[in-house]
Amino acid sequence: MLSKPHFFPMGDQALIVEFGDRVDPALSAQIAAVAQLLRESRPIGVLDIVPAYSTLALHYDPAAVGAGASPYEALVETVGTWLKTLSVETLPAGHLIEIPVCYGGTFGEDLQALAQSHNLSVEEVIAIHSAASYHVHMLGFVPGFAYLGGLDERLATPRRATPRPHVPAGSVAIGGAQTGVYPLDTPGGWQIIGRTPLRLFKSDAVPPSLLNAGDTVRFVPISAQEFEAQSKATA
Amino acid sequence: MSITVLKPGMLSTLQDGGRYGYQHLGVPVSGAMDMFSHRIANILADNKTDEATLEITLRGPRLRFERDALVALCGADLTPTIDGVPAPEGKAVRVRAGAVLAFGDSVAGCRAYLAIHGGFDVPVVMGSRSTYDSARIGGLDGRALRRGDVLSSGSEKSSAYPGLARTLASSTRSFAAPKWAVNQHIEKLGRSLQIVRILAGRHWDAFPAAARDALTAGEYRIATDSNRMGSRLEGPGIVADGPLEILSETVTFGTIQIPPSGQPIVLMADRQTVGGYPKIAEVATVDLHLVAQLRPGDRLRFELVSLAQAQALWLKREQEIITIREAVEKHLAE
Repeated sequence: MLSKPHFFPMGDQALIVEFGDRVDPALSAQIAAVAQLLRESRPIGVLDIVPAYSTLALHYDPAAVGAGASPYEALVETVGTWLKTLSVETLPAGHLIEIPVCYGGTFGEDLQALAQSHNLSVEEVIAIHSAASYHVHMLGFVPGFAYLGGLDERLATPRRATPRPHVPAGSVAIGGAQTGVYPLDTPGGWQIIGRTPLRLFKSDAVPPSLLNAGDTVRFVPISAQEFEAQSKATA
Repeated sequence: MSITVLKPGMLSTLQDGGRYGYQHLGVPVSGAMDMFSHRIANILADNKTDEATLEITLRGPRLRFERDALVALCGADLTPTIDGVPAPEGKAVRVRAGAVLAFGDSVAGCRAYLAIHGGFDVPVVMGSRSTYDSARIGGLDGRALRRGDVLSSGSEKSSAYPGLARTLASSTRSFAAPKWAVNQHIEKLGRSLQIVRILAGRHWDAFPAAARDALTAGEYRIATDSNRMGSRLEGPGIVADGPLEILSETVTFGTIQIPPSGQPIVLMADRQTVGGYPKIAEVATVDLHLVAQLRPGDRLRFELVSLAQAQALWLKREQEIITIREAVEKHLAE
């Protein structure tokens, strides 16, 4: 079983299950797997199951979660009992997702300056960024945005002093000690080093997000020609 | 074709009960800010399921009905008129083809809800018709109404309120409405000083007693940069003893976050799914619609209740809505 869970109410229609208090890929991978299994078990009255770094949130309808004076206590009982049936060994693993990236040029306007600031060549930055495996701790911020762990600390770079009003969807960027991919056209303050032709979020796709909590991501360098070819294929 | 948008108003978006089931992928729930008024409007328009209603913010649109329609307006009093005649709220209204629904000043509250029988016919995206315009999801092309838009409604399924149709046919007026109305507590919705009940949040105990007292004793004003994501408050600052180390985690409708400025933010319908600021409290769901109806400059005070009280109040509210539905259904054949 996972480390002993603690339950907290979050308002009168949500419940937080806390499994720890630190950023740890092994912990958030377990929580993501628990979230997936719990979602598949379709607990009555539960509307959303949302994993984060060290917690799992359940949004519920108090009128539907079960009889008794306290809907919260009823749900804590149900979830607590269910959690006891799980063993860490049998939790499902996430998927490995390869994300092709065309680094630099017009797709990664900040790559050159970022390399210089670390006394690295552009090729070294690309090699370091694409060598690592990144762990999807959770999604949030905007639809389909993955909080990735695992950036080599040699590439940690402060955000831009002035955020860009428009960052194109698919932009691969570094902000502080994190790296990530912008799933949608949004404003953004991270240093942009490349772009992927993949679409990370499509509201009419099933599932709508390419990435899910618990997945592992690897970035694969591609050329501009390959980017164009793959863009057409995913359009 | 059923409604032409002559003027869009300040912010008019289609919203339903919200987009649940996708928060783990970072998709905000959205949905009506004032769920109570939204639901009552649907009940009055004889919609059996959770159809999208038009959420109308402060300065309303001008809408022309291209055919006879059964509608209902609930929530804020934005002085609605139909062909210049004051239009009733909290009632089923039969509107004649060609009539124009317009709005004037906000007399009470911030958001009105227009339901149409059959619902607004826009695609269901990830289980909901709610508009989330930051990511252009749902509603009408993922955005607020614009001039020239045409809103279609689902087909008329019921023969509800046959008396209203007869009244309209035998008169020259632009609309017909019954004598009865649902008491939607508009006088309470429109107070400019609202008492809002809250529950202690995840990080309540991490704040010193003085900060907690400031939150519950002080009076806060709704800031002008409030929107569907959050109501920003101005008032007594909430200061922690030192920096609180918080790991980002899920937030909810009504979470009261304390950013470094110390000025609280109440997270509303279009909130992001996770947040990294300390969560000092959550608004009791039963009072969320009161926050949704506060206009910039309006004031509120918080009153702490227990989880058991908040859930009991909510179950009572659900019962109240069932009672309203049953009462309205008695009139459907009239």
